[in-house]
Amino acid sequence: MNVAKRTFDAVIVGAGGAGLRAALQLSEAGLKTAVLSKVFPTRSHTVAAQGGVAASLGNSTEDHWHWHMYDTVKGSDWLGDQDSIEFMVRKANEVVVELEHYGMPFDRTDNGKIYQRPFGGHSMHYGKAPVMRSCAAADRTGHAMLHALYQRNVRANTQFFVEWMALDLLRDADGNVLGVTALELETGEVSIFHARATVFATGGAGRIFYSSTNAFTNTGDGLGMAARAGIPLEDLEFWQFHPTGVAGAGVLITEGVRGEGGILRNADGERFMERYAPNLKDLASRDVVSRSMVTEINEGRGCGPDKDHVMLDITHLSPDIIMKRLPGIREISIRFASVDPINAPIPVVPTAHYQMGGIPTNYKGQVVAPKSGNPNTPVPGFYAAGECACASVHGANRLGTNSLLDLLVFGKSAGESVIEDFKAGNLALHPLPADAADRTLARLARLESQKDGNAVSDVRLAMQRTMQKHAGVFRFKDLLKEGVARILEVAESARSTYINDKSKVWNTARQEALELDNQIEVAKAAMISAEARKESRGAHVRDDAPDTPEHPNGRDDQNWLKHTLWFSADNHLEYKPVNLKPLSSDAEPIALAKRTY
Amino acid sequence: MGIERGKVRWQCRRSLLELDLVLARFLETEFDRLDDDQLADFADLLRCDDHDLWAMVSGARECGTGRWQEVVARLRQC
Repeated sequence: MNVAKRTFDAVIVGAGGAGLRAALQLSEAGLKTAVLSKVFPTRSHTVAAQGGVAASLGNSTEDHWHWHMYDTVKGSDWLGDQDSIEFMVRKANEVVVELEHYGMPFDRTDNGKIYQRPFGGHSMHYGKAPVMRSCAAADRTGHAMLHALYQRNVRANTQFFVEWMALDLLRDADGNVLGVTALELETGEVSIFHARATVFATGGAGRIFYSSTNAFTNTGDGLGMAARAGIPLEDLEFWQFHPTGVAGAGVLITEGVRGEGGILRNADGERFMERYAPNLKDLASRDVVSRSMVTEINEGRGCGPDKDHVMLDITHLSPDIIMKRLPGIREISIRFASVDPINAPIPVVPTAHYQMGGIPTNYKGQVVAPKSGNPNTPVPGFYAAGECACASVHGANRLGTNSLLDLLVFGKSAGESVIEDFKAGNLALHPLPADAADRTLARLARLESQKDGNAVSDVRLAMQRTMQKHAGVFRFKDLLKEGVARILEVAESARSTYINDKSKVWNTARQEALELDNQIEVAKAAMISAEARKESRGAHVRDDAPDTPEHPNGRDDQNWLKHTLWFSADNHLEYKPVNLKPLSSDAEPIALAKRTY
Repeated sequence: MGIERGKVRWQCRRSLLELDLVLARFLETEFDRLDDDQLADFADLLRCDDHDLWAMVSGARECGTGRWQEVVARLRQC
């Protein structure tokens, strides 16, 4: 079959913060750059980020990048690579000031500098006191950032392919990455985007879980494409959960509700957090609250007919306070839980929020994979940044405001690496094999010819239920083991998904079937990696790896201070060392210690 | 030439989960009943920034554009 071909210096998949930042670097350097996006760029999920972007500018309080580095390593539970972390925190001021120059409307201090506010986990003097490090534009930081970057890209003549979905990563027999195949939703036609450099910036895959704060578009497309093309996925057992998403919907109920006096209750109406955290109670840290909630549910004290959630109660607050201080939360509760929190408690459940793992990269944004004994060998022509990538700066858990920083720093860094590799003559336009588009065409032909089979929505739901039950916020040996078997069954059923609508143009059913293929790859990686890691670390907490004097917080550095690599072809795992050495001699390594706050 | 319904359906994919959920319900219950004029108004409304759209749908802000008001009212019921 004849497939149209377009040729670029660089093709970027994804137009959220990381994709736009990378694109800007490339377009401003004069490279012919294409950006593919399923949705209009300013509707990417980066828009949902509210908290801010971390940078040790020191505008509002004293600060130093050493302290930011310490906080990030500690937050990662020492799984983060210290070279990448040093790189990120040292680049922070530069990328934030650049954004300011692009017109980003940061909040200001009285003397006109960027105002900074405190955020959980960020400290001065190595954990001694909170620091004001988060640069924000009211509660719309991600939104403002994306608009500033998009406008700048338009000025730089970046070529956007909007409402295009990348389907498969193209590689030749030597492993060089040659671009992607992509589907234009408006026509249903497939094209090859042939490029010297391919940059993935496709965001996270939080929607593999039943309860997720992620928008529908977050289907892990980049991870699925990379996995199918033989690139391993790194550390996908690590997912950050938020304790209070509306049960059945996932929409976040902010921590501020508990700050205002909200109380978590089980089916007996008991304020159960008094048992788990006698001092802080409902205001304990996110992971403690989440695990307590899951314990209540697992021990049969959950609420509702399926006993699958707990209640967040603010009925004891006066209606005036609720209307005045929590109007948005009241609206969300009424709309998504059919409950007016003035009169009745809100059903909530721990909800998947952020993916720490992803496509393995180094601090330059180059995708790396094992080759000839080196686990970090760059894959020629392939780069990744943002939530889809694993640099790894977040390790086993991410600090708030470090995600926007990640996408700015590594989006730019990936762009710079492409330019550097291009100038050094290392980015040839390798010829396309004759069968370059065959995998993609076979996937589409299978969907076209499938006469019956499994509904996409059924398979997706089975995947989401399996992930939530077997690899949720609190993990159990037997459940994980069953989960592996179950997710492989679900993956098998995904091979025979069936769509009624076979039309070519704007066929959303086909889009969802193709997205599901990507989600399944991520789900397998997450479940298998989680089952294998026999310790607790950061966001991966196992019931059978408890806090003991020998293994504080259940962490086992002797056996598990290493990154997981999952390979799709046969579901096998490999491991590679964590880089405990900073990038430069300007920073001391952050020595292993128990993670306590 | 009329507006492509499939395109409008796809453009209900948004950056915020809140909007995805409301628009998914709207697609299930209301979308197929929109006539051509209403479809045009809806497509136009979808050009708004997501935070602005959510403010209108959630009722935090009034919808100041007359021809969007009917569809915003229907979205508020979803």
